[in-house]
Amino acid sequence: MEFFRIKKDIPFMRHALVFNVISLITFILAVVFLFTKGLHLSTEFTGGTLMEVTYAQAPDVEKIRNKMIADGFADPQVQNFGSSRDLLIRVPLAKDSETSKVSDRVMASLQAIGGTNAPQMKRVEFVGPQVGKELASDGSMALLLVVIGIVIYLAIRFEWRFAISAIIANLHDVVIILGFFAFFQWEFSLPVLAAVLAVLGYSVNESVVVFDRVRETFRKKRGMTTPQVLNHAITSTISRTIITHGCTQMMVTSMLIFGGAALHYFALALTIGILFGIYSSVLVASPLVMWLGVSRAQFVVAKKEEAAG
Amino acid sequence: MNRYPLWKNALVAIVLMLGLLYTLPNFYGEAPAVQISSVKATIKLDSALLGRIEDTLKASGITPDGLFSDANSIRVRLKDGDTQLKAKDALQKALNPDPSDASYSVALNLLSRSPQWLTSIHALPMYLGLDLRGGVHFLLQVDMKGALTKRLDGTAADLRTLLRDKDLRHSGINRVGNNIVINFRDAETRDKARDLITDNQPDLALVASQDGADFKLTGTLKPVAETRIQEYAIKQNITTLHNRINELGVSEPVIQQQGTDRIVVELPGVQDTAKAKDILGRTASLEVRMVDDENSANPAVMEQASRGQPPMGTDYYTERGGRGLLVKKQVVLTGDRLIDAQAGFDSQTHEPSVNLTLDAAGARIFKDITRDNVGKRMAILLIEKGKGEVVTAPVIRTEIGGGRVQISGRMSTTEASDTALLLRAGSLAAPMDIIEERTIGPSLGAENIQKGFHSTIWGFAAISVFMSGYYLLFGLVSVVALASNVMLLFALLSMLQATLTLPGIAAIALTLGMAIDSNVLINERIREELRNGESPQAAIRAGYERAWATILDSNVTTMIAGIALLIFGSGPIRGFAVVHVLGITTSIFSSVVVSRGFINLIYGSRRRVDKLSIGQVWKPGITTK
Repeated sequence: MEFFRIKKDIPFMRHALVFNVISLITFILAVVFLFTKGLHLSTEFTGGTLMEVTYAQAPDVEKIRNKMIADGFADPQVQNFGSSRDLLIRVPLAKDSETSKVSDRVMASLQAIGGTNAPQMKRVEFVGPQVGKELASDGSMALLLVVIGIVIYLAIRFEWRFAISAIIANLHDVVIILGFFAFFQWEFSLPVLAAVLAVLGYSVNESVVVFDRVRETFRKKRGMTTPQVLNHAITSTISRTIITHGCTQMMVTSMLIFGGAALHYFALALTIGILFGIYSSVLVASPLVMWLGVSRAQFVVAKKEEAAG
Repeated sequence: MNRYPLWKNALVAIVLMLGLLYTLPNFYGEAPAVQISSVKATIKLDSALLGRIEDTLKASGITPDGLFSDANSIRVRLKDGDTQLKAKDALQKALNPDPSDASYSVALNLLSRSPQWLTSIHALPMYLGLDLRGGVHFLLQVDMKGALTKRLDGTAADLRTLLRDKDLRHSGINRVGNNIVINFRDAETRDKARDLITDNQPDLALVASQDGADFKLTGTLKPVAETRIQEYAIKQNITTLHNRINELGVSEPVIQQQGTDRIVVELPGVQDTAKAKDILGRTASLEVRMVDDENSANPAVMEQASRGQPPMGTDYYTERGGRGLLVKKQVVLTGDRLIDAQAGFDSQTHEPSVNLTLDAAGARIFKDITRDNVGKRMAILLIEKGKGEVVTAPVIRTEIGGGRVQISGRMSTTEASDTALLLRAGSLAAPMDIIEERTIGPSLGAENIQKGFHSTIWGFAAISVFMSGYYLLFGLVSVVALASNVMLLFALLSMLQATLTLPGIAAIALTLGMAIDSNVLINERIREELRNGESPQAAIRAGYERAWATILDSNVTTMIAGIALLIFGSGPIRGFAVVHVLGITTSIFSSVVVSRGFINLIYGSRRRVDKLSIGQVWKPGITTK
């Protein structure tokens, strides 16, 4: 069995402009959504209390919300979660109340109204204001470290042109994932952040594989123009690209199906990341490399040095 | 031609064997157990207790599966949940005859069912995080400013006493922010005071200044002292938390310092957060009261008091030795006045003692009370869980000044150090706030394990089917390599006892999905070499060698992301990052070295190989040159 029977190199670079325009539009849309709608940050970032409770019979969500407001909780969010018997309750941070005791007070309210249909607590998460701020800054620091680390590594291992185009292509993935989260108002939690960064590392892979081929082709085959070299490199790796991403996606789909609510957004972020990762790291990074002026000379010199050393 | 040298084959074999060995404990599952630990710092777990436990179990007709003991706990492994409950009740009754004054905590726990020989080589099952086993996680912020202010207030009081004792007149000692400001009327007194304070309070850095007619001394804590106080505060708070959590009867609590001013508390299995929070925030305290000697000497009154009817204005307590004592209700001094408690030896009798240091105000009170009550007895009480115990009740021989109090008599060295610890641990050195809380119910924990497990297994199955269908034998070898990757990752996690969380399981799944990339790269490369007309053996060699550089590059970039997460991540991210980074490492080994080993075994020794079982290799009519 073999999926890809490609006779000639596919002239990807002929459509380079089209690819870049497509990704530019998606990127701009993502940025627009990020600014207009903003991310729906989880309690971990905003601070506050989040509770998951389960009932024997489906409770009246509206009644519970009103009872909580009556009990002095400011702006509580009560919603069904998974099934009609499970509730997710969010209480934002309130000033000058003993914040760490909120969960106990909520349980008291729920018990008061529950009657025979007693709630059972499954999960509580309380995050104080200082922690949330730290998480946000730690998250951005991690992102920065990844970007710098990858650029330096690629610049050393390949060429600065490759480093720059790989990181631009992949950061644009990150922005697009965030754009999706902003547009659909999916909850952006810590695991999602982890997924985003993992995707960043993972889809840089993709560019690396293509660049590796580009370098090899430049060294081996004389008389090919830069676009031809890029076309050849992409064509000869496309089978691997699709199979690898297909396999990773199988795993992620399995998480999406079996992982339940806790892993849902994590898997979703990965899915978007993988799909856009294929596209951008191959079809965005390569044209960028071309426009940054990659040429045979850069690698032949490198080869001589290698031979000398 | 494609053969590994012997050492390399041996290496692969050994690594895989070790991997299997250390993964093994995870398959045995867990058995119900009962864990006994001491609630009081003064009561130690010893072999006598072990004997008592054995006897108690025998008497109730329970045969334990195993008995394990370490410094902090004794664990009894049992057959099933019913026996576990029976054993718990029996032990509870036998070890704590008076349930209101328990000396031991008897808690339900789970122990690995893995055989003894595995445990003895430290092959333990993976350590599951709270989100998988259920429990409470707290992050506590120690108020360091509070600790410093408390200390400065104490120092200011000390300085007042010091200057008064030396007859140096000042016009006020105040704490202003993080400074202590002392005002003087003339420069001479100030300079004298400065010398005196420098000698007596080495922690203070003094600056002299003049403001109109006022001569000032401004004292600030030296940075070294500040750091020491903060370190002391956090250590002391951790000790206090340890003692309190022991009372909760939690089987494996985690109490760790995080950063400079935070403490993480993880209590697996605890559901009652309200009670947990209450106990974390509670204060055990020291009280000094006078003994009612007159009534204590009267057997008739004592008889009545022991039945719960002490005379007016007194409380009935039992002393260490078990003798009753009547103590006046009026509290002379509380633990708030205690700065430090250390075990030591009496300088004259060389008996073990506990040396208390009181703050200035406490010292003054103590001086007054001892002066007025020479010849009478004073009781030092420890109030824990709302119940008091007389630690000691010595006779006052002489007036005691200077705030240094020594408690000695009828104490062993261990008792002295335990009492000192207890007194120190009684109070928190600095106030703490809960800044993060996570509670996960046990059912949710089990659900999370299920979900994580199912995600991984089905994803793995899908990849296996695809790979073996697409690359045939080479695909099968890739699957074997992937399986060995899971095994090595499990083994590594078990060996390091890194905490496995739900994001960690997600990382396992994701790492597997990514690890297959290396094998795809290799297999595609081999196909390509075949397409270009290489012989099968040469194609295998070239495929592995050419793919290696790419595999390394791509894994390094993924690794960079993993390490960044590890450095900046906390909580769930950390759990993800640890597994991710470990998984990348094991995947490089398994997908390159292990899979090559298998391929070599299959093809390497054959003289002639006509065809590789790597799926159809389609050769285009026109080869690109």
